[in-house]
Amino acid sequence: MSSTLKPEDAAQLHDAVQWAVAEEKPLDVVGLGTKRAIGRPSQHEFTMDLSALTGVTLYEPEELVLSARAATPRAEVEQLLRDKNQEFAFEPPDLSGLLGASGPGTLGGMVASNLAGPRRIKAGAVRDHFLGFSGVSGRGETFKSGGRVVKNVTGYDLPKIIAGSWGTLAVLSDITLKVLPAAETEGSFAVEGLSDEMAVAAMSRAFQSSCEVSGAAHLPEGLLGAAATVFRIEGIGPSVEYRLEKLAALLNDLGASEKMDPEASRDLWRSIRDVSFFANGSDRPVWRLSVPPMDGAKVAAAVAAKCEARWFFDWAGGLIWCEVPEADNASEQIVRAAVAQTSGHATLIRAPQAIRAAVDVFHPPEPGLALIAQNVKTAFDPNGILNPGRMYASA
Amino acid sequence: MSNLKMPEVDQTALARRQEVAADLRRIVPGEGVIDEAEEMRAYESDGLTAYKQVPLLVVLPETVEQVSAVLKYASDNGIKVVPRGAGTSLSGGALPLADGILLGLGKFNKVLEIDYDNRCAVVQPGVTNLAITQAVQHEGFYYAPDPSSQIACTIGGNIAENSGGVHCLKYGLTTNNVLGLEVVLITGEVVRIGGKHLDSEGYDLMGLMVGSEGLLGVVTEVTVRILKAPETARAVLVGFPSSEDAGQCVADVISSGIIAGGMEMMDKPAIHAAEEFVQAGYPLDVEALLIVELDGPEAEVDHLIERVSQIAEKNNSVSMRVSNSEAERASFWAGRKAAFPAVGRISPDYYCMDGTIPRHQLPKVLGRMNELSQQYGLRVANVFHAGDGNLHPLILYDANVPGELEKAEDFGSDILTLCVEVGGVLTGEHGVGVEKRDLMPTMFTETDLNHQQRVKCAFDPEGLLNPGKVFPELHRCAELGRMHIHRGQVPFPDIPRF
Repeated sequence: MSSTLKPEDAAQLHDAVQWAVAEEKPLDVVGLGTKRAIGRPSQHEFTMDLSALTGVTLYEPEELVLSARAATPRAEVEQLLRDKNQEFAFEPPDLSGLLGASGPGTLGGMVASNLAGPRRIKAGAVRDHFLGFSGVSGRGETFKSGGRVVKNVTGYDLPKIIAGSWGTLAVLSDITLKVLPAAETEGSFAVEGLSDEMAVAAMSRAFQSSCEVSGAAHLPEGLLGAAATVFRIEGIGPSVEYRLEKLAALLNDLGASEKMDPEASRDLWRSIRDVSFFANGSDRPVWRLSVPPMDGAKVAAAVAAKCEARWFFDWAGGLIWCEVPEADNASEQIVRAAVAQTSGHATLIRAPQAIRAAVDVFHPPEPGLALIAQNVKTAFDPNGILNPGRMYASA
Repeated sequence: MSNLKMPEVDQTALARRQEVAADLRRIVPGEGVIDEAEEMRAYESDGLTAYKQVPLLVVLPETVEQVSAVLKYASDNGIKVVPRGAGTSLSGGALPLADGILLGLGKFNKVLEIDYDNRCAVVQPGVTNLAITQAVQHEGFYYAPDPSSQIACTIGGNIAENSGGVHCLKYGLTTNNVLGLEVVLITGEVVRIGGKHLDSEGYDLMGLMVGSEGLLGVVTEVTVRILKAPETARAVLVGFPSSEDAGQCVADVISSGIIAGGMEMMDKPAIHAAEEFVQAGYPLDVEALLIVELDGPEAEVDHLIERVSQIAEKNNSVSMRVSNSEAERASFWAGRKAAFPAVGRISPDYYCMDGTIPRHQLPKVLGRMNELSQQYGLRVANVFHAGDGNLHPLILYDANVPGELEKAEDFGSDILTLCVEVGGVLTGEHGVGVEKRDLMPTMFTETDLNHQQRVKCAFDPEGLLNPGKVFPELHRCAELGRMHIHRGQVPFPDIPRF
């Protein structure tokens, strides 16, 4: 039974990590624990519960910047942003339905996972909006990097390496993010009946137009009924109207398109963002594949040829969410072989713990990069006390 | 040159110069190795011309295999290497070392692939920033980051510096527009990071590479995102009676939910210098001038121009012009884009600074800068990427007057320290290089800097790549990696547990 440390401020966090370093006690770093089901099960004796480190410490809407303690609940921050017609432009997903968790979690978890939603393709990921942080590294030392301004090249861009590091390099206490105005309105339309290949080509055409598409997804036949390729446009009213019409005209050779009102559009894109189609209470493995957009259909077909999979595409084909049958190996070989045709990578987002302990959850890096990644881990956490084994068996 | 302490010169490397040149000629045959002092002089400085140093040797490889072999040779022989693109750095990032090989990547100047379907271009690092846009603009595409030096600066240099430009607030910096890199490590090993897909697997090493100022690896291929150009763009030129009014106008534009394609501010000295130089039609009776550019479909741009005009009026604007043609829009920008050379005309020399501040601190920073200007007896003109708070004060001085360069540098240091004091940073887009290296402790503690240096150690444990840049103090990696474990001596922390 592991014990839990629950620091109440940055100073206590510092002391707690220092103690863990001195005693060589590996820590499981947790905010609200909503993403604990992602990653390899880490080997730890103590849980570092950050949930007391909450509160927004700075929000200046006109400066497009927000700072908060690391475990501030996302729901609280997102409400604050909504009140000022702002948002996180990267559209962070709420995977609680998929993972059977209690909610969208904390800012720290959002940063540590670097997961972004449909607008990723236009607005970037968490890493592109993560301006600065303060935290404690696995050396037990409090340090900071970045700042509170958007344009900053002072020293190495450590926020980049912290985003998506799943708590394996440092425990964050404070986070500063760029925020942006929310679009005044949005509209979507769907083209029905396209094959994956045709859909990927259509989405590419949409992105090669000047319509500033902010979402392009394809839901193959059977997921919701007939196959639907969906396009989203956001902005001010007259501009959205104009661009929707222009895009529909551009794609009218593909058959009739069905226009959605803003509310239906929001609902659908939330489902795509949150992978709700696979939020079925099951434990069936779900993979997240990032590939060059034009390779999307090919990769999905390669998986489908080898197992009974269900999938859909976001990011104009560049992101594939793929549910595979229950199997001890989560069909890892099949998925990785399919991705290996491209420069892309695959991450196992949902699977029973035993499977996550047995297969590579994160994509194994090529040897040259693996060595650098290992060196980076050692640089921040030489004794391997922060979430050891969560990303890679050796780190 | 002011007293800049560089890493101790390796006398062995100097003594072996002829031998090293001969060895390198076996890797890069023909004219790829330069060892004549006269010819090497072309490489003795970059855009920060106050600092000069002739390198040990200049090597100009043409293939990745050659880059790899040169780095492996340097690594095996313990010789330092300074990578260089076009040498336009304003912070001395490409300043040579007396005992180091200058590795010029100018011959890597090919566009390798344009993939419109995946909206990206694969190019070699010596391709200029502008050449990427030129390679795709016939199809209506462009590469978004547009540093002022884009006609000359290379994409490899942009990666090293994480370059910005006037459109960053809406379209991001280099780091937000790069998808993939091929990098040669100091060991000679060639690795690929990213590709044509989004997001890295595992740790975001690409995010570390961008902006690392040539200290982590040598980039030999770059995949960048290309964007379809907006249908139209229009600009508003607004004059204000004070920088406070102009600053408030910028804040109000952003608060109202408008992210302009570009938002630039100039102060009175900059306005006058630019107007005298290019006759852009700028008003001369205003204290601050704002250029706001909106881009997108016509309906959107017209609507937003109207809103921006109203916001400007509410903030006491005294003059306003809206561009009604591409020619007029270009004329609004002509003065701003020529601001640096324009200032160069009214002063024998100028020193360009590059801090970023929280925007609302602008009046305070400008006020203090005026005081400093009087204190140092040097004039200063300001251009400001107002949307993202990136300030470029241009300090006017005369290098022929003894002591003026030093005074200008001290004035510059005071400005940057001020930027940090008000919550900003030392450099928004020009990089640390040698120029701001010794100011790093104003922003970072030793612990902060050591965490950065250990990243350097993860890539280059012997510290052979571009040493003497970015970090004020060089530590050996073994020393940095040491941990002082106090097992049994650190008390269990007095914090809630259960």
